[in-house]
Amino acid sequence: MAEQLYNAIFVGSIYALFAVGFALVFSVLDILNLAHPVVFMLGAFVALFFMSTFGAPAALAAVAAFAVTGVFGIFLDRVAFAPLRRRGAPPLSAMISSLGFAIVVIRLMELRYGPDLVSYPAGSLPQAILQIGDARLDGLRLLIIGLAIILMAALTYVVRVTQLGRDIRALAENPRAARLLGVDVDRAIAATFFISSGLGGVAGALLGFAYNAIYPQMGTPYELKAFTVMVVGGMGSLPGAVLGAYILGIGEIAALVFLPAEFAELRDALAFGLLFLVLVIRPRGLLGHRVADRA
Amino acid sequence: MSPPLLEVEDLRVRYGAVEAVHGVSFAVNAGEVTTLIGANGAGKSSTLAALSGLVPAGGRIRFDGRDIAGAPPHAIVRAGIVQVPEGREILAQMTVEENLLMGLRGRARSDLDSAYERFPILGERRALLAGSLSGGEQQMLAIARALLARPRLLLLDEPSLGLAPLIVKRVFDTLADLRRQGITMLLVEQNALRALRLADRAYVMELGKLVMRGTGQDLLGDEGVARTYLGG
Repeated sequence: MAEQLYNAIFVGSIYALFAVGFALVFSVLDILNLAHPVVFMLGAFVALFFMSTFGAPAALAAVAAFAVTGVFGIFLDRVAFAPLRRRGAPPLSAMISSLGFAIVVIRLMELRYGPDLVSYPAGSLPQAILQIGDARLDGLRLLIIGLAIILMAALTYVVRVTQLGRDIRALAENPRAARLLGVDVDRAIAATFFISSGLGGVAGALLGFAYNAIYPQMGTPYELKAFTVMVVGGMGSLPGAVLGAYILGIGEIAALVFLPAEFAELRDALAFGLLFLVLVIRPRGLLGHRVADRA
Repeated sequence: MSPPLLEVEDLRVRYGAVEAVHGVSFAVNAGEVTTLIGANGAGKSSTLAALSGLVPAGGRIRFDGRDIAGAPPHAIVRAGIVQVPEGREILAQMTVEENLLMGLRGRARSDLDSAYERFPILGERRALLAGSLSGGEQQMLAIARALLARPRLLLLDEPSLGLAPLIVKRVFDTLADLRRQGITMLLVEQNALRALRLADRAYVMELGKLVMRGTGQDLLGDEGVARTYLGG
């Protein structure tokens, strides 16, 4: 039981890191960034590149994944979103533009790495088993959970306490007021994409470390989950996304534990059913306003 | 005599096919209050939006000798032109203090203490969400926030709009205070009587053009102005 709860928290942490980046872009720009799964995948491959080419330790490779995917996020904005923004295109166009961008990158990665599973270099990942009572827990996952929590705390600090965070929140709530208050909008949007994509990239690297198996389509299953988690948490609310992510993680593992083996296929149905129930009871989501509600 | 702080020449603002401001020229002298009065839709707010860089505009805008036409809004704020917008545009989901910090943008926190001294009610409510303030308090917050940006020219767009008469008086008392301190202001206002009483220099705008200019006193004494804008 303790092992399952531990796994639920681990999975929830990955969902949360993925979903907060997704929610951050949505809260500021009102767009669904369908290329977010791509930065997740790229994070895992950037880590692989640094570990296999330079022999970098996993921790350093995770930092590289954050930095490279963060910069990639700015590039993504400049290519897929900024041109549409300048012409006042509707959010749906931006969504399709990011989807197109995502497919191109995934195909290019498949061309380079093939569609199959790729592993990290042998012996490059730290391994430790923690024995607590009867439970045998993977030490690497504990590190990953800790890191995810630290990253989310750091994000909360940046958004709530720093001038950059206030600029981002002002832009999310009222772009006109933000401009009149001297917010450099291009800079704030670039920072939003850097943070969002960096967190998505590091989530991908951490998941890759935990499963030691990565592939170009690895981000795709997380997209629908992140979207669901964001809606359930309250559109664009960062704490809501985190809460929703852990509920989904725990729901999935609970389904695995409590459903008889022949119904294992219903794991997703049960987890999503739980989230559906939350929405029926609270249509605005659990923490029903965004980083900053638009007035 | 030193040149004006702000010189606007042949300013044109268009929204798609419609031109809202048709080649307006005026100047604002340092240390003075200049007002633009006129009916709804005369182009006053469009003029201020152009000065703040919110809408593209044709013509020349010189601020302190520098051409600022076409500069992005954040560069204009940095140059010293700060606007208190119509409808106040406070950030409702942020606290009062966070709103003020948006104006302060990393400058000395002692300025924040001075703001609380000038507007004690904001000090009392610093931890509350700005959206929970009354209309008058929100207007004070919008003015205080703009002052924290240390403006060399303060643009005010309809600061009395939608406020109760007692609150309007308080807002204009505050503006009179700022005038005594030598803060340069360009005031757009439908309450022409109060605006003209406060102003050193005044312009009347109609259908996107300036149709009359003079000192505040001149225009207060003008029969046409009295009939059209002062209800006299």
